[in-house]
Order: sequence, then C-alpha cells, then structure tokens
Amino acid sequence: MLTPAVTDLEQLKDHPAVARLRSWNPAAVEGAKFDRDELSIYVGRSSLREACALLRDDATCPFNFLSDVTCVDWHPREPRFEIIYQLLSIPKKERVRLKVRLGGDSPGVESVTSVWPAANFFEREVFDLFGIRFTGHPYLRRIQMPENWEGHPLRKDYPVEGYR
Amino acid sequence: MAHLSSTIALEPTQDRTMILNMGPQHPSTHGVLRVILEIDGETIVRIMPDIGYLHTGIEKTCEAKFYQQVVPLTDRIDYLCPMTNNLCYALAVEKLLGLEIPPKAQWLRVMMNELTRINSHLVWLGTHALDIGAMTVFLYCFREREDILRLFEAVSGQRMMTSYFRIGGVALEPPLDFFDRVRDFANRFPSKVDEYENLLTGNPIWKMRTQGVARITAEDAIALGASGPTLRGSGVDFDLRRDMPYSGYENFKFKVPIAQEGDVFARYLCRVQELRESIAMVQQALDGMPQGPIKADAPKVVLPDREKMKTQMEALIYHFKIITEGFAVPAGEVYQAVESPRGEMGYYIVSDGTAKPYRVHMRSACLANLQLLPKMCEGRLIADVVAAIGSIDIVLGEIDR
Repeated sequence: MLTPAVTDLEQLKDHPAVARLRSWNPAAVEGAKFDRDELSIYVGRSSLREACALLRDDATCPFNFLSDVTCVDWHPREPRFEIIYQLLSIPKKERVRLKVRLGGDSPGVESVTSVWPAANFFEREVFDLFGIRFTGHPYLRRIQMPENWEGHPLRKDYPVEGYR
Repeated sequence: MAHLSSTIALEPTQDRTMILNMGPQHPSTHGVLRVILEIDGETIVRIMPDIGYLHTGIEKTCEAKFYQQVVPLTDRIDYLCPMTNNLCYALAVEKLLGLEIPPKAQWLRVMMNELTRINSHLVWLGTHALDIGAMTVFLYCFREREDILRLFEAVSGQRMMTSYFRIGGVALEPPLDFFDRVRDFANRFPSKVDEYENLLTGNPIWKMRTQGVARITAEDAIALGASGPTLRGSGVDFDLRRDMPYSGYENFKFKVPIAQEGDVFARYLCRVQELRESIAMVQQALDGMPQGPIKADAPKVVLPDREKMKTQMEALIYHFKIITEGFAVPAGEVYQAVESPRGEMGYYIVSDGTAKPYRVHMRSACLANLQLLPKMCEGRLIADVVAAIGSIDIVLGEIDR
C-alpha cells in the first residue's frame, strides 16, 4: 500500500543530500519530496551546477554517477518545464533526484557536462525533444531528430501528426 | 539523424587528415549507428558517433496509450532483451500503484530475465566475434539462442517480442513441460560456454585483437555514465541486481564478474562469466520455484482469467473496464532501474492520476555507453573501432527509441 508523500522540508532535513545542500546554501533548496521511497530535491535554477558538483564530491555520500537527465513538460502550467537529474552513488548505493523548474519562455539551464561528461548525450536529447537550452554545453545539436526538423516533439503542445 | 552535410562539421582539421564515414549501413555497427572518423593514415584523430536513424518516438507514443498498452512497446526498445524491458516497466508501474507481486511471479520473472540475458549475450558474443573475424562462434551462439527462443515461444507465444511480463505479474502460467525443458537447457548450457571459451579465450588471434584495445579507466567509465559489463570490465564492482535488488534478486546467490584491465578482452571476460552466473541463477530459480498465483490480487489492474469471465459477473465487468478505460494510477513519479545485459536500464514514469502515463522516459544504457567511444578509439587504428563498438554491445533500438 502507498504511504503519502512527505513534502515538508523540515522532516527531510536529515537526509544527507538535503542536509549537504542546505548547509551549503539554504536558498538553493526550493523544496523536497519523499515519495515511494524516492527522494526528489527541487534546486534553484542558478545553483544547479554547483549543487551537482557539491553532491558529486561529497565526502560521506558521493553521488558520483549521473544516471539520467530528462524533462517533463507541464504545459499549460507555469513554470512549464521540469528538468530531472537522476543521481546515483555507486559507493553508498543511494539514489537522489534533482529537479529544476523552468518557465516556458526560452527555457535554459546551465549544463552539467563539466561535472559529469555523461550529461553530454542526455542534455542533447532534452534539447532536441524539448527545446531546453543548456548553456556551456560543448556541442548542443539535435541528436535524435533530423537537423532541419521543426519543433520539439516531446512537448505537450506539439501536434502528434506533425506540423502541417 | 540528419542529412550527411548538416550533421557534423565534416571538414578535416589538419592538412594530413581525411574524413571517413562508417555506417549507418555497415555490418559491424550493429544496426544503424553512423560513426564519422577523422583519420591520419590508419590512426584515428577524432571519432564522432551519429545516432537517431532508428528514432521512432516511443516515448511520445506511450503518452497516448493506457498503462497496460505500453508493455508491447517496451519489447521493441531493446529487441535483444525484451523481458528486461518488460520487467523494468512493470516494476515501475507496480511501484506507482503500490502493488505486491506474488513470489512465483517474481521467481518466474527472474528466471526469464536471466534467460533473456543469456540470449542477449549470445547475440553479442556471436556478432562481436564475427566482427573481429571469428566466424564459427557466431554459428555456435545462434544454435543455443535458438533453444532459448523456443523456450520464449513456449511460454509467451512469441520468439522475440514476448510481452510476457504484465503489470501485476506474468501473462500466463508456463506450459506443463516448460520447467523440464528449461532444466534440460540449463544442464546442457555450461558445456556450450566451454566451447565458446575454447574457441576464443586462449586464442592468440583473439587476444591480439582485444587485449589492450579500447582501454578505459574506472574514473572515465563512471564519469561518462557507463554501466553494466562495460563498467565492470574497468574494475568497478557494481551490479544493480546485487547492490540495489529488485523483483526478488536478493534471494539468489551469484557472483558479479569483474575484470581490471578495462579493455575489450576484459569486457569479453565479464560477459562470458555472466553467462555462467546467469545459467546458475536459472538453476536456482528452477530449484526454488514457489507455488501459488502468478498474478497480483488486484482485480482493477490485472485482467481476470478467461474461466472466471465466463462464470463471474464481476470478472467480466473488470475485464471490460480495464480494456476500454484502463486503470487510473495514483499521481506521482518513479524511477526504476534494472540491470539489463548492457547496463542500467531505467524507466522514469510520471503519472497525473489518469489511466495514461503523463510521461515515460527510458534511460538507455547503450546511449550512455556509446559516449565512451571517442575515449576508447582516439589515437588507435580503424580496425580497433570495430572491436570497440562490439565490446560496448550497442543496440540501436534502445539508443534511438
């Protein structure tokens, strides 16, 4: 049976990743959610890259492996996009999910390729299919769709039959 | 995917170099991978994978389907390990629903999942050896693969696109003689692995083509997101089945093979040892197979038996409701990762409380592993590219989705 999600930041402050980020910069953590045994932390857009670097180099629980980067489009709600980073700690066998909320107006966030080179293809895919710009990405080009494709197919307002 | 002219700057960067295009239709790129090489004589200066030729928009398609209708789509992502994809998707949705799966279904899932791993590794071993020039191994591997595909057909009716694992359990009770056939295969198989190893492991030509080739350090492998045998071949001892168990893997005893060298040969050794571990796990599953139901007790999610539908009104109603309206899944999100033959396969599913997933994203192990290719190949010979691509075991269906 499902237990209700915990969204109160005070109750989650003891989790190592939350504690680490809050001790560094309390303003960087916008919220957290513990649901179905998975922890998500909402991070401010401007502090994302530094937060990632901090969690990667943490002494007690280093989240050294970037599993995945993806995006969810909540159109027409604002802020429209959520970028999701799935972090894994290989030594501690822990997972944490970082989330960044972005508005629908020319959405962009700093690239984490300098923290984990693994983000390269993942971010290109999010750029290709959602139109999110990752500043500082070494090669931000379409990866799945043809170069001359119009629009970003995984956006919710993209017509499923394609543009006419 | 893109037109040849517009994808990547195809101009050589130096006077003495030239650009060579490899793929997408090339027998050693395992599907439709395109690689652009900048070469100086036979030496690689720059290498750039170009993907997307098999992009079918499965993630978008999922958003228009009911949860149970997504299962057949997951088969088609990684067509060499359909059951691993079924498992990962089913586990993710079950986590969203908070559904308990009966032990027999879990054990069946583990058993079929390990057979799938063997199936996938056999295709990898055969084609990888074929790429490097060892023709015979291919025929040997496909001989055993045929046996496994027959088992899949017996249990699910399909050889490749099985869709055998469903949300809440497995589709059907295995046929009567099925476990005997699996046991027969499991008894025969270890000697077949010896045959492959006899052909390759000590073979001087094989060693010369693979040892010291496409070497990758543990730090690079982690930083570039490698997982599975590609990561373990570099000496990182991490396997999701053992370290973050799911679907009852904690009940099984198995070793996680690792190798330290980080070259093509090390990855080969890891996978061949995995063949032996997997068949041992199949044996364990057969020995300890629990009795009981194969589907969870959740009438609103799991389709009722045909027999019940003919005798019970409620069963007929639930069947009609599930088929026509699907079932609502409580709002939330999960990320479920499993150890696929290629590494960490993950499903990230967001539900908005309706009967269709709001977002389904597949974390592809091959997509991340493919990022190692430049690190592996730059400064080496063209012939090594073929060995390197084979050693990361790519499946383009999974990369492009």
